[in-house]
Amino acid sequence: MAEVAPSVSGRAWTRPPMIASATLRWCILVGTIVYLIAAFITLDVNWQRIAQGWERGQRFLGGFAPPDFVTRGDAIFDGVLESLWMAFAATVVGIILSIPIGVGGARNLVPPPVYIVCRSFMAITRTLPEILVAILFVKLFGFGTFAGFVTLTFATIGYFGKLLAEDIEAANQAPLEAMRAAGASWLQRLNYAVQPLVMPRAIGIAIYRLDMNFRESAVIGIVGAGGIGATLNTAFDRYEFPSAAAILLVIIIIVLGSEYLSAFCRRLVR
Amino acid sequence: MSVQTTNGLREWQRYDSKQGLLRWTLWLLGVAVFVWCFQKISAGTEWSFVLDAPEQGADIFDRMIPPDWEYARVLGRPLWDTLNMATLGTMGAVIFAVPLAFMAAQNTTPSVRFARPFALFCIVASRSINSVIWALVLVMILGPGVLAGTIAIAFRSIGFIGKLLYEAIEETDHRPVDAIASTGASSGQIIAYGVVPQVTPVFAGIAVFRWDINIRESTILGLVGAGGLGLELNASIGNLDWSRVSVILLAIFATVIVSEWVSARIRKAVT
Repeated sequence: MAEVAPSVSGRAWTRPPMIASATLRWCILVGTIVYLIAAFITLDVNWQRIAQGWERGQRFLGGFAPPDFVTRGDAIFDGVLESLWMAFAATVVGIILSIPIGVGGARNLVPPPVYIVCRSFMAITRTLPEILVAILFVKLFGFGTFAGFVTLTFATIGYFGKLLAEDIEAANQAPLEAMRAAGASWLQRLNYAVQPLVMPRAIGIAIYRLDMNFRESAVIGIVGAGGIGATLNTAFDRYEFPSAAAILLVIIIIVLGSEYLSAFCRRLVR
Repeated sequence: MSVQTTNGLREWQRYDSKQGLLRWTLWLLGVAVFVWCFQKISAGTEWSFVLDAPEQGADIFDRMIPPDWEYARVLGRPLWDTLNMATLGTMGAVIFAVPLAFMAAQNTTPSVRFARPFALFCIVASRSINSVIWALVLVMILGPGVLAGTIAIAFRSIGFIGKLLYEAIEETDHRPVDAIASTGASSGQIIAYGVVPQVTPVFAGIAVFRWDINIRESTILGLVGAGGLGLELNASIGNLDWSRVSVILLAIFATVIVSEWVSARIRKAVT
């Protein structure tokens, strides 16, 4: 079978293209090339500055060998603890506040006006990047963990509320109908027909959000909202690269640890 | 669930006494930890600053309105920079994430001993550091500007795209792969004709989803010096020019909403 007979039509098989319309395919290709050219022209790379920065970059990488956990050990320890308090308190308060809003965002439980108000509030809190919110709250409440706590609370409301609302809408509607038929009040329906169905997943989401809040706390500290991010920013400002490397490693380790822990807890709940 | 008899009446209760006790203890523990956390936060808080927040807020809001619409004309270039950071960053991430994902997936990895742990480590390291922190580091090395932001976005996205893609590769149907393998195809051909067609739609969805997230992140990277709208925002906040801040906030808000809409449309089209 060395010689393969050509197919009947005399053409070889080719893979079907991903985009069926040839015009659209070519438009996308040409558009991408034009865009890339325009983007690269405006990129504005300052080679001189990069050459200067190169030496600094090497010193930064050198900071990892070995990282310095000791010199600013107290500050790192305090920063981590601050981040943990902030993340935990914000998760708790955020979830408490997001329950009424999440329930209000479930179409099967509330009248349409309430639904629209709650949904738009959640959309706004999710659209604004956390660091922007942090800047505003730092202006309002002053530097420190309190601003960070309020920021994370705010972000938690939008995130948890939306997932809760979607869960309630997707849950089995039969118990709700049964309770209604039995003459249960709105609160009773919520407590006995909805809450048991959404609770296991809600706990999972809560644990995941705690993990997310800790990660975010490393970032919002950069704009003055306390926590490990503030420590990191200080280390960078003082060009203390070994300490900065140590802080980065601590963040990576804690993030990884909390990710595994949260995955484990969620499996336990399920 | 249990039924308890009190005064000759049988009453249904959701939890029996043992379950109830356990729940009580857990709740008590949770509340105690929360109170302790809050005390720690409140100890480090200047409450007089917090209490005058409503006045401060009203003051800032007053200065934000009316927005300085003239200023919006200057925002064209920063907006373009922001879009570029997100788009080029996503493209750069894709270039590195795709090979890493194929190295990390159990069924396509060239070697389980070396390539897989290496790829997984890269994915995890990239994912656990936020793009703002990447930008902080890169601005220090490369100097302020769009390039640092683009690379920061790319570094953060490699892990995200890599992780979702390698999970998609591991979930592919093995039957087409087996069929192609049985015709004597090389491992490269197996991947190209058996695995790739299965993950292409998922991959397109992941890339567009990440692009959408990247737009949101690139609007703020300028706060640490990486160019785009965030740089203007930082300057305006620094000058306490709140009527400009409100224009930038509106621009960020609009950009994020439009990108979310575009990404939702594309994702609906490819899947």
